[in-house]
Amino acid sequence: MNTPILEMRDITKEFPGVKALNNVSFHVAEGEIHCLVGENGAGKSTLMKVLSGVYPHGTYSGDILLRGKEQHYRGIRDSEKAGVAIIYQELALIPELTVYENIFLGNEIRNGPLVDWNETIKRAGEMLDKVRLKVNPTAKIRDLGVGKQQLVEIAKALSRDVKLLILDEPTAALNEDDSANLLDLLRGLRDQGVTCILISHKLKEVIEIADTVTVLRDGQTIRTLDAHKGEVSENILIKHMVGREIENVYPRRNNKQFGDVVLEARNWNAYSPAVGRTILRDINFNVRRGEIVGIAGLMGSGRTELALSMFGNPAGYQIKGELFFKGQKRLFRQPREAIDAGIAYVTEDRKGNGLILMQDVKENITLANLRAIAQRSIIDSNAEIKVANEYKTSLNIKTPSVEQVVGNLSGGNQQKVCLGKWLFVKPDVLILDEPTRGIDVGAKYEIYTIMNRLVEQGLSIIMISSELLEVLGMSDRVYIVSAGRITGELPIEEATQEKIMHLATN
Amino acid sequence: MSVQKMQSVLQPRTFVENLQRVLRQNIREYGMYIALFVIMAIFAITTKGTFVSSRNLSNLLNQTGYIAVLAVGMTLVIVIRQIDLSVGFLAGFLGAVAAIALSRWGLPVIVVVLLVLALGALAGLLTAFPVAKLGIPSFVASLAGWLIYRGALQLVTEGSGTIIIADEAFNALGNGFIPDIPNIGILAEVHKLTLLLGIVAIVSFMLSEMNGRRKKLAYNFEVLPRELFVLKLLFVAVVVGAITWILANYNGISWTVVIMLAVVGVYHFITTQTVLGRHIYAVGGNPDAAELSGISVKRIIYMVFGSMGLLSALSGILFAARLTSASTTAGTLFELDAIAAAYVGGVSAAGGVGRVTGSIIGALVMTSLINGMNLMGVGISYQYIVRGAVLAAAVIFDVYTRRASR
Repeated sequence: MNTPILEMRDITKEFPGVKALNNVSFHVAEGEIHCLVGENGAGKSTLMKVLSGVYPHGTYSGDILLRGKEQHYRGIRDSEKAGVAIIYQELALIPELTVYENIFLGNEIRNGPLVDWNETIKRAGEMLDKVRLKVNPTAKIRDLGVGKQQLVEIAKALSRDVKLLILDEPTAALNEDDSANLLDLLRGLRDQGVTCILISHKLKEVIEIADTVTVLRDGQTIRTLDAHKGEVSENILIKHMVGREIENVYPRRNNKQFGDVVLEARNWNAYSPAVGRTILRDINFNVRRGEIVGIAGLMGSGRTELALSMFGNPAGYQIKGELFFKGQKRLFRQPREAIDAGIAYVTEDRKGNGLILMQDVKENITLANLRAIAQRSIIDSNAEIKVANEYKTSLNIKTPSVEQVVGNLSGGNQQKVCLGKWLFVKPDVLILDEPTRGIDVGAKYEIYTIMNRLVEQGLSIIMISSELLEVLGMSDRVYIVSAGRITGELPIEEATQEKIMHLATN
Repeated sequence: MSVQKMQSVLQPRTFVENLQRVLRQNIREYGMYIALFVIMAIFAITTKGTFVSSRNLSNLLNQTGYIAVLAVGMTLVIVIRQIDLSVGFLAGFLGAVAAIALSRWGLPVIVVVLLVLALGALAGLLTAFPVAKLGIPSFVASLAGWLIYRGALQLVTEGSGTIIIADEAFNALGNGFIPDIPNIGILAEVHKLTLLLGIVAIVSFMLSEMNGRRKKLAYNFEVLPRELFVLKLLFVAVVVGAITWILANYNGISWTVVIMLAVVGVYHFITTQTVLGRHIYAVGGNPDAAELSGISVKRIIYMVFGSMGLLSALSGILFAARLTSASTTAGTLFELDAIAAAYVGGVSAAGGVGRVTGSIIGALVMTSLINGMNLMGVGISYQYIVRGAVLAAAVIFDVYTRRASR
């Protein structure tokens, strides 16, 4: 276990104005699972881009040694040839092509000038067996779930005879089952001699799977820890990552006072013409003033659909049932109507449908409530800057100015811009869909603190989350959704991870 | 955007440092103005001054008019990630409708203009319908319009061929100039109303800029350093003053220029200052996020295509008035000239980015090339090649500077 397969020595990588990596050293032993952790912006992705040749030799200083031999990659093809494969968070598969075409894309099995499709399908089947994925190689990628697509990516890497497999937050988009399955597979691959580098924000899974953990902070190697010597625990990791101890990941809220029911759905059903099936069945659900209601459930269980169906139904579901808002029966036909009534929805995919990345912070914050800064439809740009600066201060958005383009901000700060945008519509009910996905520990804590502050001011929050600990740590009451139904409702005192998991897979 | 970026000049620096900084940060936007200036300078030399003569510049602006108004509309269409190919023949067809309404039906000019504009807006909404309602790509929907309006144009001009327009008031829209104030003894040889308007424009620009700066300072927001601010005011004053002086030495400002300036003014105001404008750019930047922010994407599509149709009608009127007739081929390739002008003016095909003022500069660049090369006697085949090269260069420059600014 001690022969290093990879040595990265004194890697320094500079961007205009920033030292992204500062003399980073990183050693990976043959046949181990090595986790790389650190807050967003710590330099993990940059380091892996140096390793995989995305930043070619010469654009950084320092040495890369693979099995003792110095490497000079001019591009990603060179590193692939050397046996380094990287699987990004955003999957790089082509949805309209089949599984076997994707696995051998760019690495086609030839018979003379032609592609040997029969051999390709056969070999693809073998690769799928290796990753324990039971799908037909001729299925199209777009028909597979995210978890299965991830496995296809790994199969693709294996088909190229990979020595060093790098996974960048592979479980970020997976539910607990698929995550467990993936981790299990990585252990299997390790036993077959594949060395693995895993970047992850989920410390639980790091602790579960890592042989060794390297912590990066602010572009520097902080510590390499050996799990087999008991050096790895959540507190230690968090301490090294943030450089301080966080006593409690979920801040306490002291005066819990719940008022009347603000939003309630009764016998709520939704049929999606696009999918061709009923996606929500007999939902009964409510949230009170000053309450955080958690909605737990696996991905695809109907959590996001429930939020959308109440929030003006932009996807055009056919809805049966009754919705009560502040005691009145309402039906919102467009998001505008829901917003005007006092409901805000922070989407789970901030880049996809939350923010306008090319616009600046102030334009994003005011977008859903331009009326408030306009007179007779003419925008008062000074008022706009003022409003944006208020949210910049109160939410601690780290940006040089509110005229910074949001695409340039880190994930945590982008999420705060989303929050600011929806707080500016002055809602009574705030729906948060995966409020802390893909953001670092420090920013998470800030978001939780903001949530507590809001409910203390009398807001109601509906929090949809895949992270069980987050649901347990933040909610006052938990609904569990499975296959379009509410399978359980638990007061927080009775909720445990096991109970929720049981109901979610019911 | 320029003003916002300029504001980021924070710390006290020397004048030259500030100037360099502001120029570097706004290179994309200034690039267009510089390119226009360079092209004009080259033509001024190669034509021994003919290009910048009062008569030719006045003519150049009138030539730009009917493409410029299309380019303004097209900018917004491209900003919301759509395209409209039907505008050229729609303009041609509506120009013919105007000619028929004037010469055969004998309708008064004002009625004809309003009728044609209304028809244009309606045609735009028709193009928008399959796009907004059924999600059909606008390339296809507007290609259908291209064929239909081309056929319609031929249909109405088939029997008579070119339709001559005799109405002088109508033709003045394309050829006429604003009247002058009566001779008061001084400056007898120049167009005094034009000069007066130029001075009013310069003064009101300065006042509004100073007022804006004062308000920003009152809020403690960042502003351009004082010397640069003065330099900017002087620069604009000199340019506007020079153009005014040149035009005043010929026949003054034409009605086409008045219309063009009005259209740019209104659209610039809508896109930069109003809620509607912000909604248009939001839909272009991220339609899903816009929808979830309570913006009706469909409504924006209808509005933008409706405005495009309206401006096509205006373009058709200007073109017919300029030629004092409607021909069977009027409007051919206008749509591509407008699209080219929009791209030269910095609009992005990815959506959400592009300014109407940029498109006007783009239209001026493209017309200057045609006008200048005609004066030089360059053959039409070479003209197309040069225009293509300039379009490619402009887009490459745009993409390059956009990347560099990241």
